[in-house]
Amino acid sequence: MAERILDVKNLKIDFHTYAGEVKAIRDVSFHLDKGETLAIVGESGSGKSVTTRALMGLLANNAEIKGGSIMFHDQDLLKKTEKEMQNIRGKDIAMIFQDPMTSLDPTMKIGMQIAEPLIKHKKIEKKKALAQALEIMKLVGIKDAEERINNYPHQFSGGQRQRIVIAIALVCYPEILIADEPTTALDVTIQAQILDLMKELQEKIETSIIFITHDLGVVAGMADRVAVMYAGEILEYGTVDEIFYNPQHPYTWGLLNSMPTLDSEELESIPGTPPDLLDPPKGDPFAPRNPYAMKIDAEEKPPYFQVSETHYAATWLLAPGAPAVTPPPEIQRRYKLYAEMMEQQKIGK
Amino acid sequence: MEEKLKLDPASFEPLPKADDLDNEKIAAPSLTFLQDAWLRLKKNKGAVISLFILIVMFVVAFGSTFFISHDDLIRSAPQYANLPTKIPGIDINGLNGKLKVAGEWVDIYERNGVPSDVHFILGTDYLGRSLAQRIIYGTKISLIVAVAATFFDLLIGVTYGIVSGWKGGKVDTFMQRVIEVISSVPNLVIVVLMLLVLKPGMTSIICALAISSWTTMARMIRAETLSLKNQEYVLAARTLGESPHKIAWKHLVPNLSSIIIIQTMYTIPGAIFFEAFLSFIGIGISAPQTSLGVLLNDGQKSFQFLTYQMWYPAIVLCVLMISFNLLGDGLRDAFDPKTRR
Amino acid sequence: MRKYLLKRIFYMILTLFLVATLTFFLMKLMPGTPFTNQQKMTAEQIQIVNEQYGLNKPIWQQYLLYLAGMVHGDFGTSFQFSNQPVSYLIASRIGASAQLGVQAMIFGVFFGIIIGSVAAINRNTWIDTTATVLSIIGKSVPNFVLAVLLQYYIALKLGWLPVADWNGFVYTILPTIALGVGPLAETSRFVRTGMVDVLNSDYIELARAKGLSKFGIVYHHALRNSLIPLVTLIGPYTVALMTGSMVIENIFSIPGIGEQFVKSITTNDYPTIMGVTMLFSTGLVLVILLTDIIYGIIDPRIRLTGGSGE
Repeated sequence: MAERILDVKNLKIDFHTYAGEVKAIRDVSFHLDKGETLAIVGESGSGKSVTTRALMGLLANNAEIKGGSIMFHDQDLLKKTEKEMQNIRGKDIAMIFQDPMTSLDPTMKIGMQIAEPLIKHKKIEKKKALAQALEIMKLVGIKDAEERINNYPHQFSGGQRQRIVIAIALVCYPEILIADEPTTALDVTIQAQILDLMKELQEKIETSIIFITHDLGVVAGMADRVAVMYAGEILEYGTVDEIFYNPQHPYTWGLLNSMPTLDSEELESIPGTPPDLLDPPKGDPFAPRNPYAMKIDAEEKPPYFQVSETHYAATWLLAPGAPAVTPPPEIQRRYKLYAEMMEQQKIGK
Repeated sequence: MEEKLKLDPASFEPLPKADDLDNEKIAAPSLTFLQDAWLRLKKNKGAVISLFILIVMFVVAFGSTFFISHDDLIRSAPQYANLPTKIPGIDINGLNGKLKVAGEWVDIYERNGVPSDVHFILGTDYLGRSLAQRIIYGTKISLIVAVAATFFDLLIGVTYGIVSGWKGGKVDTFMQRVIEVISSVPNLVIVVLMLLVLKPGMTSIICALAISSWTTMARMIRAETLSLKNQEYVLAARTLGESPHKIAWKHLVPNLSSIIIIQTMYTIPGAIFFEAFLSFIGIGISAPQTSLGVLLNDGQKSFQFLTYQMWYPAIVLCVLMISFNLLGDGLRDAFDPKTRR
Repeated sequence: MRKYLLKRIFYMILTLFLVATLTFFLMKLMPGTPFTNQQKMTAEQIQIVNEQYGLNKPIWQQYLLYLAGMVHGDFGTSFQFSNQPVSYLIASRIGASAQLGVQAMIFGVFFGIIIGSVAAINRNTWIDTTATVLSIIGKSVPNFVLAVLLQYYIALKLGWLPVADWNGFVYTILPTIALGVGPLAETSRFVRTGMVDVLNSDYIELARAKGLSKFGIVYHHALRNSLIPLVTLIGPYTVALMTGSMVIENIFSIPGIGEQFVKSITTNDYPTIMGVTMLFSTGLVLVILLTDIIYGIIDPRIRLTGGSGE
C-alpha cells in the first residue's frame, strides 16, 4: 500500500453571498497516495475548484469552512494559520491554473517569476535561484532558456506560458501538484503536449497530482483514480478503469454517454441543469435530471455503496433490493469491455 | 461496510419525471439592460441620495424662477447689509442673527436697527440682498451651464466620435489630429481666449465650454465605436446592406449609451467647476448677474469678518459637485458591473 | 523607436504652430486694445505706441513677425509693463510656478498612491470607505475654495503658516496642498481601482499559490502593475496644475505664471496672453510626449512603434 499523503474528510464549505449561503462543498472526502494522479471530474460549479482552493488555503474571503479536515501527512491544513500556510503553499503543495495567458505577472521577467518560490522557501540568493530556474525551464521544455529567462510573459505563446506556469509550480519539487484545468484554455494540439509533459515530470519529480477537469477525455490517459463530483458532492470514485468501464452512478453514465466517440453520430447531453446550491436537494442531487431516479432518491441521500475495494458509488441503484435497470447502450458496451478486461487480467495472472 | 439498510420496496418506484428539464432554463427573470442598471444603482446608497439631492436642487433652482425675479436680485437694500443668518424660533448663536464681533456675540439685526419681523435665513450680502435668493439663483446658473455643456458634449462629442471611429482611415487620422491639437492647450486657456473674444457672460461661457470640453467624450466614443464596428452583429448588419445611419441608430447608439451616460456625469461637474472658477477669477459671469462663482468671489473678500458669506455658497457648490461625482460613480458601477470597484 | 520619435516631434511642432496661429488671430479678433481705456492719450500718442508695438502693419506681416520672433523665443513686448519683453516676464516668473507645480504633483501622487493602495488592500472595510469618501470630497471641492479655507483657518486663525507671499519653503506649503489635493484624490481613486483589479487577477492568485506573503505580493506584483498606468495621468495632472495655478497663485500672492496670466487677461495684455498660452501648450505637449516615452520604457508590453500613440 502506497503512502497516503493527503486525506480529506467530510469537507463542508459555504459561501456567503447576497442571495444567501451557497453550500458549495457538501461533505466531500477523498484521499491521495504518493505518486498517484487523482482526477476530479465535474461540470462547472460542481465544487471541484473550490475544493482545491481549500487545499491551498486560498479560499475567497466570503467562504467559510463548515467542517471536516484536510490531513496533509499528519497535520490538518484547516487548522493552519495564514503564515503557516504560506510556508506550505508553493513548497509542499503547488498549483497550476487554468489560463496561462493571465496567470503570469505581465511586468516581471519570467526567470524571476520562476525563481520567486525558491527565494521564498529555500532561502537561497537570487543568483542561485535564477540558475535553478534556468534548469527547470529546460526541464519543462523551453527552448533557448538562457535567453528567454529575461523575457516577459507576453513574448511567449500560450503553450509556452503554461510550461512556465508548470515550472513555477514544480521549482520547489512539491509533494502535491494541483492542476486546475491546466489545458482547458489551450489549443487541442498543445493540450496533449502539456499533458505529456506533466506525466513525464511527475515521474522525474515524484509528485502526486490532483487533476481537476470537466473533460473526461483528458482523464483517461492521465489519472490513476477518478472522483466524479456533482453539486458539491463526490458521487462516485474508483480507478480509471472502474469509472470508465464499470460506472455505477447514472451521472457518470451521463458523462460517459456525452463523450464523443468515433462512431457516435450525435452528441448526447444530460438534460436539465445542476441544482441551486443555495437550497440543495436533500436526496441524491442528481435525481431531478436522472431518468433512472426512484422515489427514495428525492427523499434521502444515498450512502456510498462499495463496488470493489477501490470503487464506491453513491446511488440507491446499488442498494440491496433495488430494481435492476438497463443502462444506456454505450454503458452496456463498456461493461462488456470491462468484463473482457477482467478476463484477460485473470488469464494474465 | 454497508449497514443493513431497511428500505421499503415502494421507495424504489420510479420518480415521476420532472417536466422542467430545460437546458436553457434561466432562473432569474430576465431584465432589460436599463432595468438591470437601475436595480444596481438603487443598491448604491450614495448614488441614490445624490440623485435625490440633485432632483431637489433642480426643482428649487428652476422653480425659483417664478418667485425670484431679476429685480429682486439686483435691488440693493443698504440698511440690511451684511446681516447674518436669522431663523425665527431658533436660538443658537450663529443662526439667530448674532455674530461674533471682537470675541462677543452681538445681535447684528438689533444693532443695525432692522425691524424685528425682517429676517434672512442665510443672511445678506454687502448690498443687503438676500443670500438665500442669490444662492438659489446662482445654483440655477450653474445648472444651466452644466446642462448646456452636456448638450454640446453630446451633440459634438458623440457625433464626432462616431464619425471618426466609423469612417476610420484617413478621415479618422485627421479627426484625431484635430483633437490632439485642441487638447494640447489646457481647456481653461481655450475658455479664457474665447471669453476674451466674446463678451463675458453666460452665453460666452457656454460657447467656450462647447468648444473645449467635448474632446474626452469624442475620444471615448471613437474607441468604443472602433471596437463595436468589428462586432459580429454590426458586421452582419453591414453585410445585409443596412444604411450607415440606421446602423448608427440601431446598433451603435444603444451600445454606446452607458459610456455616454457615464461620461456625461463627469462632464457636468467639470462644467460647474469651470463656471465657478471663471467667475471667481473675475472673467466669467459678472454683476449684476450672479452665480456660485461670483458669490464665492464676493464672499472671499469679506471672509475674515463674515465667514458665512463664503461658507454658504461654498457648501452648495461642494454638495452639487459631490452629488454629481457620486451619482457618476454609481452609474458607472451600475452600467458596467464588470468593473465594479 | 527613432522613427516614432521623429514622427511625434514633427506632429508636436505642427500642433504648436497651429496653436500659435489660432491664438494670434483670436487676439486680432478681440474687441478693444490695451489703450482704449487710456483716454488721456491723444491720437498722435496712440499712433506712436501702435508703431512701437508694430500694430500698424498689415496683419499678415504682424503674423509673420510674430512667428519669426517666437522661433527665437521672442514673444514681443508686454503692453502692461512697457519695455518688458514677454519672454523676460515669463522667465522671471516661471520658477515659482514650476516649483509649486512640481511640489503639488509630488504631494498629490505620493499620498494618492499610499491612500489608494491601502484602500485597495483593505477593500470593503472602513479604511476603504474612509478613503473613498475623502477622495470624492477631494475631487469635488474646488481648489480655490479649499485655498481660501486653508488660508483663513490654518494661516490667519491658527497662525501656523504664512498667509501669503513667496519667501521660502514654509510659504509653499499651503498652496501646494490646495493645488495638490485634486491630483491626490484622482490618484488615490485611480490606484485603488487599478490595484483592486490587479489583486483579483490570476497572477496574484498564482503569487499567493507560490506562498508569498501578503506584503511580498503587494510589493513585488500588485504595486508595479497598478502604478504603471498612473503615468498616463501625468498629462491631465499637468493641465489641472496649470489651470489651478491661475487661481491659487492669485489667492496666495505668488509671483508665478498663473497669476501673471490672470493679470494679463484683465488688462488685455495680448502679447503676454499669447506668450503664456504658448508656454502652457509647449509644456503640455512635451509632458505628453515624455509620458508616452516613459510608459513605453516601464511597461514591457508596450513597444513604441510607428503607431499614432493611440
